[in-house]
Amino acid sequence: MPLTFDDVQRLARLARIEIDAGATRDIQAKLDAIFSMIDELLSIDTTGIVPMAHAQDAMLPLREDAVTEVDQHALYQQNAPAVVDGLYLVPRVLD
Amino acid sequence: MKTIGELSQALRSRTVSSVELVQDALARVASAQARLNAFITVDADGALAAAREADAVRSRGEASALTGIPIAHKDVLMTAGMRTTCGSRMLGNFVAPFDAHVVARLREAGTVLVGKTNLDEFAMGSSTESSYFGPTRNPWNPACIPGGSSGGSAAAVAADLVPASTGTDTGGSIRQPAAMCGITGLKPTYGLCSRYGLVAFASSLDTPGVFARDALGCALLLDPMAGHDARDSTSLDRPREDRAAALRAPAPVRPLAGLRIGLPREYFGDGVDAAVLAAIDAALAKMRSLGATTVDIELPAVRHSVPVYYVIAPAEASSNLSRFDGVRYGHRAERYGDLADMYCRTRAEGFGAEVKRRILIGTYVLSHGYYDAYYLKAQQVRRLIAQDFARAFDRCDVIAGPTTPTAAFPIGAKADDPVQMYLNDIFTIAANLTGSPAMSIPCGFTAEGLPIGLQIQGRHFDEARILQVAHRFQQATDWHLRPPPGEGAADRKGRR
Amino acid sequence: MIWETVIGLETHAQLSTVSKIFSGSSTAFGAAPNTQASAIDIALPGVLPVLNRGAVERAIRFGLAVGATINRRSVFARKNYFYPDLPKGYQISQYEIPIVQGGSLTIASGSGEKRVRLTRAHLEEDAGKSLHEGLPADLADVSGIDLNRAGTPLLEIVSEPDLRSSAEAVAYARKLHALVMWIGICDGNMQEGSFRCDANVSVRRPGEPLGTRCEIKNLNSFRFLQQAIDFEVRRQVELIEDGGKVVQETRLYDPGRDETRSMRSKEDAQDYRYFPDPDLPPLVIDEAWIDRVRAALPELPDAMRARLVARHGITDYDAAQLTASRELVDYYAATAAALPAQNAAAHKLAANWVLGEFRAARNRSDVAIADAPVKPAQLAGLLRRIADGTLSGTMAKEVFDALWARESAGDDAVDAIIARRGLRQVSDAGAIEALVDQVIAANPAIVAGFRAGKEKAFNALVGQVMKASKGKANPAQVNDILRRKMGSEL
Repeated sequence: MPLTFDDVQRLARLARIEIDAGATRDIQAKLDAIFSMIDELLSIDTTGIVPMAHAQDAMLPLREDAVTEVDQHALYQQNAPAVVDGLYLVPRVLD
Repeated sequence: MKTIGELSQALRSRTVSSVELVQDALARVASAQARLNAFITVDADGALAAAREADAVRSRGEASALTGIPIAHKDVLMTAGMRTTCGSRMLGNFVAPFDAHVVARLREAGTVLVGKTNLDEFAMGSSTESSYFGPTRNPWNPACIPGGSSGGSAAAVAADLVPASTGTDTGGSIRQPAAMCGITGLKPTYGLCSRYGLVAFASSLDTPGVFARDALGCALLLDPMAGHDARDSTSLDRPREDRAAALRAPAPVRPLAGLRIGLPREYFGDGVDAAVLAAIDAALAKMRSLGATTVDIELPAVRHSVPVYYVIAPAEASSNLSRFDGVRYGHRAERYGDLADMYCRTRAEGFGAEVKRRILIGTYVLSHGYYDAYYLKAQQVRRLIAQDFARAFDRCDVIAGPTTPTAAFPIGAKADDPVQMYLNDIFTIAANLTGSPAMSIPCGFTAEGLPIGLQIQGRHFDEARILQVAHRFQQATDWHLRPPPGEGAADRKGRR
Repeated sequence: MIWETVIGLETHAQLSTVSKIFSGSSTAFGAAPNTQASAIDIALPGVLPVLNRGAVERAIRFGLAVGATINRRSVFARKNYFYPDLPKGYQISQYEIPIVQGGSLTIASGSGEKRVRLTRAHLEEDAGKSLHEGLPADLADVSGIDLNRAGTPLLEIVSEPDLRSSAEAVAYARKLHALVMWIGICDGNMQEGSFRCDANVSVRRPGEPLGTRCEIKNLNSFRFLQQAIDFEVRRQVELIEDGGKVVQETRLYDPGRDETRSMRSKEDAQDYRYFPDPDLPPLVIDEAWIDRVRAALPELPDAMRARLVARHGITDYDAAQLTASRELVDYYAATAAALPAQNAAAHKLAANWVLGEFRAARNRSDVAIADAPVKPAQLAGLLRRIADGTLSGTMAKEVFDALWARESAGDDAVDAIIARRGLRQVSDAGAIEALVDQVIAANPAIVAGFRAGKEKAFNALVGQVMKASKGKANPAQVNDILRRKMGSEL
């Protein structure tokens, strides 16, 4: 299904990626080419076929309910762009 | 140049020390870097320290087969205290606080980590051109791509910078560069090696694996890497296997007697380069001469592999890469207004074009109104493909064919044509969709002297068998021992 | 114009596991920021989730308690959206196939009872917290992110739109709140956010199809739940009656202003792109596990309530009051157990005292029932002394207060206090007769008044006798004897 300019802009907003108008057109063209390849799927008859979400037909293993982690926030926050008093800082969240 | 088996023997017989091997590797890595750009990070001090420790372990008589062997890890695997970039600006300065499971297992096995190898950004690509740290070049012809996404790891082994390396394979990212660099690459069964610490691209397809000169080298690395990890809910608990020992067992007179090799009609059709087909046919003839029989099989749904893959992989990637938001780690935009602006600029700056493209594809196929048409449909066709392979494996023990339709192509040739780039993986993707193990082994060269790879696929957890097929083929051939021009002519390790 | 209110509740109950749903971090409340946020909770690259058995077990317990279906195979899905308190950029939840499906809860409604159907209950992870206060002054325009709560297990319990008033909504929420604590899957602490409600509210004219609904988020007290719904109903009715249209949106209740307002931040892009989490194979639950959980399930409030009415002969109202809290009814049961069995009067008295003096004293001093100074054995002792006539009601009250004040401890504390305070009631007929004779002799005028037909005069005489006995004479006996004597002297 061909994408419109607005589709691409909407997807970029959903994915939180800033894309200017020029780039949007280029991406739109490339995505159209890719989907013209992907769209061959649409015509395949898959009635009654169980979707395959995992490469193995396995069951979910379970953990016992126990505290196994120790505080490592100092180590982890060495990679953080902005931290104060152990808190990660972001532009004010409004709700 | 030497295989891991030979190096392991040399270390055992004390004709060379780990420190010497690592010094030698570091020197070659440094001298090759400008030409090949195979590495993103090199840790000389850490490597030498580990090498000294390995020699000490050996002198205490506690060495294993891999003790003191220098290796490199694809830079999508977390390495404690070492920069782990995924070839992205987003993680350009990210220092991993822990080891990936396979990294830890190879450390415990005694290997010495020399550095982290270059890759397509977040492992999304087939040419190692999309790395933020520049493209890696093919040792056989630096004007050509090494394949991808694990191109740095493949080039490093092909150029004999290290005897072995790890890679990850989501749609062919080990087998395709192995083929294009003329080395041996193994993508194990999904669930055999833990994904813990492997930075996720497409979680239901990502598979850690290995590169080495030969099948024995792959087996020596796989054995410690394999095994259950409670931190990965898709890691399976399997009995331990000593695949390397199995390979070392003496081969019968007709080494491949009784082996049934399935040849999918779909793998030998149009679009496959004539030189590639010729090399594959010659390799298959060789295998028949070693006692194997070949049977024609059909995998009708496999022709849909590429579209299925380019729905499922981007869908999972679009979600997996959402954590890169500039809040807790990684790149954050210099200037931004409100929160949404911080996200959008950070991700626009941190990700390259191909990653953005795949995030958008994935966002689209999961979005309201398109989920059923694309994502669900792709999962159903994935099932059809798996059913094809299950049927085929009733009639054969392994499936063989070309790893790639063509040999390595010039850097830039397909950079602006994603669809042509994606079609590179047409033969490798199916093994990721089904989760089955697959290898690529060298089997010839084009007129231009570029390597050609033969792909061998097996049933789930049948690594031992495909390794043995590859090993016995390699005992009867020397494609895997041919060095790239100007490489490894002199035997540098006979110092004593 | 008559309007019908239609309400459905989505309740988030934090499950009382010691560790998080997908990581081994502690779920303890109130730790320093991010000290309980592991690599998995902050979503470092390369980490993976592993499901906590304790969370699954609690979900099964809930499903069995509300008579729901436990799906033998359920699936975890990713709900994708960007928010700083959501480290992965997606929440692991259950979408198409939840662990618990159906079931119902019976609530008191007006005069009778009402069965509220449950749609489903599914497992998911909680998000972290965005803090705006307490940051350095120069950081006015930023928020601080604390991920200690991220990954705390939640059971989201979704009701059908069966509730027709804010009162019913509160009754449902209270019943659910009591139940999750009763079966021990949630501590129910609403101040700490362990139990929070989202209300889906719409109005319609009776008989018409459902109107457009608004979702009011994060109501963490029963009072706010009631006020928020009442406001929202007024808002929607006025809107429609003024010719407007209700727009489907997420709203927030502001207790300060007592109003709901639109949550702009949640407005943009509600396309969550749910898909099965490739890191988590399907959750499969076998019969044996369900049987084990069923076997370990305590008697449920409604069943116990019926049993108390049938076997203990106490009123349904008292039984409902008692079974509103596991601790309270356990206290009652322990007290009743120390009293003569099959004695309806004794059990009734016990219920009255537990729901009366005991509950009042506890509310005043705000101690946990387990820590209350008056133990069930002691209360039973007190009730026995009332039954055997040793104590009058007033005396019993005095002894209870003394016990609460820890004036004496141990099982014989009641008798000790009675002895120390000399509270023994005088029931010796001879002694009382002597007192009565004294009083009659000493008050000829009052006696005359009584004989002249003044009934009041009789009470005055009783008062005199009680006074003369320093309040210890058995009032009933005093009455009888006095009446007999006065009568006989006629």
